[in-house]
Amino acid sequence: MSNLETNKVSRRDALKLIGVGGAGLLIGATGIEAATDKVTNFFTPNKVDASELLPFYGEHQQGITTPAQDFMYLASFQLETTSKNEIKTLFKKWTEAAATLSEGKEIGDSDVLSSPPADTGEAIGLQPMKLTFTFGVGPSFFDKLSIQSKRPSQLKDLPHFPGDDLREEWNGGDIAVQVCANDQQVAFHGLRNLIRIGRGIVSLKWMQHGFQRSQGSDPSGSTPRNLMGFKDGTANPNPKDKDEMNKHVWIQNDNTPTWLAGGSYLVARRIRIRVEEWDRSTLNDQEATFGRHRQSGAPLGEKDEFAELNVKKKDSNGNLMIPADSHVALARGNGKVKILRRSYSYTDGLDIQTGKLDAGLLFVSFQQDIEKQFIPLQEKLAKMDLLNEYIEHNGSAVFACFGGVKKGSYIGEGLI
Amino acid sequence: MMKKQTTLIALSIATSLMVAGCSQKTEETSKVQKDKNVVEKVKLDTEINSYRDFVVSQTEEFVKSTQLFVNAINAGDIEEAKRLYPISRSYFERIEPVAESFGDLDPKIDAREGDVPAEEWTGFHKIEQVLWVDKTTKGLEKYTKQLMTDANYLRAKVETVEIDPVLFVTGPVELLNEVSSSKVTGEEERYSHTDLADFAANVEGSHKVIELVLPKLKEKDAELATTIDDRFKELMTSLDSYKNGEQYIDYTKLKEDEVKKLAQQVDALAEPISQVGSTLGVN
Repeated sequence: MSNLETNKVSRRDALKLIGVGGAGLLIGATGIEAATDKVTNFFTPNKVDASELLPFYGEHQQGITTPAQDFMYLASFQLETTSKNEIKTLFKKWTEAAATLSEGKEIGDSDVLSSPPADTGEAIGLQPMKLTFTFGVGPSFFDKLSIQSKRPSQLKDLPHFPGDDLREEWNGGDIAVQVCANDQQVAFHGLRNLIRIGRGIVSLKWMQHGFQRSQGSDPSGSTPRNLMGFKDGTANPNPKDKDEMNKHVWIQNDNTPTWLAGGSYLVARRIRIRVEEWDRSTLNDQEATFGRHRQSGAPLGEKDEFAELNVKKKDSNGNLMIPADSHVALARGNGKVKILRRSYSYTDGLDIQTGKLDAGLLFVSFQQDIEKQFIPLQEKLAKMDLLNEYIEHNGSAVFACFGGVKKGSYIGEGLI
Repeated sequence: MMKKQTTLIALSIATSLMVAGCSQKTEETSKVQKDKNVVEKVKLDTEINSYRDFVVSQTEEFVKSTQLFVNAINAGDIEEAKRLYPISRSYFERIEPVAESFGDLDPKIDAREGDVPAEEWTGFHKIEQVLWVDKTTKGLEKYTKQLMTDANYLRAKVETVEIDPVLFVTGPVELLNEVSSSKVTGEEERYSHTDLADFAANVEGSHKVIELVLPKLKEKDAELATTIDDRFKELMTSLDSYKNGEQYIDYTKLKEDEVKKLAQQVDALAEPISQVGSTLGVN
């Protein structure tokens, strides 16, 4: 709450100003403007932040090591064409649109009365809110365009993991577009305009929105909690550590086609949480399932969230403090295999069959090597993780995200 | 804006018909200043004339076909009435945006159950309900008589209709919107499931306009013209695959992914068509 303390108006004052209960009298006909002004300042995140641009062009694509914005959309497209040329044209148009939108500008000409506006308009007057776009291609992209020889050997559908309950409507896809922003409307606007530009060339296969606690509700930026109430992402590698990113996340130049160098593999898993069952499990069970304390996020038996995770530590009775089949113990393994997780929570209304909530985690991770990093990790988790009782994986996809795009170039140049 | 409106009316078909022998002149293009951009405006008088002929001929066929449909009902031949139902409707569906411009004529002919108060519900869908749900031709005299009156009234009205260029170039998108909003969902023909016939007729009506403007569109934007042309062909090929002889198959026979594919093809086609107006400088 540190940045709020510096503000002249306290929360209690602000509530008075906007007229909660009888205090509404404070806003008289003469005072309304001044009051509104103060309230706006109080609730609006600092302006520098809101207007900060994350340029589309650069060494790497945005949206990978970028600190996770509040909202995301992950869209999986399928090709409606077998023409490389049409895809190339689309990629050029998308590049231009993504670069423009990332700058907080509208796309195209929207003032011709006889024509539908080029930009759909819902972001007019809004700040860029750190809008980013991340593009990648899936294994089937190469089949549909008959360019199988260009497919990186490890870009293929993930193997079946025990317990997988995958639904075709949440699986795979030829192209992925991840759009993130600190405002959901800005993010949706970004994706919607790309969908529109692609109409007839590509169509949506699936689309999932995601959210996390907003920066406004947690200005200190602590590790976000998932919908099970636990902190998620504590052990993530540090995106600011270039060496670590080069080691675990970015695909290096050696023996790599130019379009992929500096890129990363994206794994997406739509993981539904059995919310109702989870909510009636005891705190003790919940903590044993994760291997962490719920309140602090600390490994079981520790006080500090970032305390070193010692999976061998035993209690006075000789039992492991952190159960060997807890989520954190399995995910940690020997501590050498790391992936960069960039997951978001989702809620999708309810399951009409059962009336239960359809809510969970849109798991997204970036890694240099799917076979060496993600697959062994998930194999272990799928077999043993205590968490499996409360979750089901119902969607799965892998994409090779392009390297960074230079100005004048376009996404996938060299591939298509 | 007022000035632009005046231009529209001046271009309307009725006017150009009255001014005999001016087609040479109106075929020429003129330049209109719009902000900093110079938008070259294409005259569409000839195309609009042809379209009007199309509308009139479709309406004529509509009246004839509807008369046959009504005759079958009066003769108590339910199978023949059911066979003629989608055929009669198709003439109407091809020109729907024009029919819609005559106030309450469209609802009288084409309202679905619930679109209008029950006591005012007349037209095709009322008859559809009786034929398919009640499985009878009895008790329809009131509705068949009204339908013929309305059909004949539509025929008389189209003689004098003014088709302004904006209606002309937005019509194709409107027809495809009809498809994507109510045909695709199967709610239009909820008793007979003959939705594909309406679907195809809307697409054909849309195609008629595009066919007429295509040469001029090619001159302005060859890529756009090719895209639209290709996507029409793809959609029509898909629709043809659901034909059984002259009739389309029952819409409920389509699988979910087949419906989705049609819906996607309509959206893919309507998006570039929405650019036709500004590309031709119609505003």
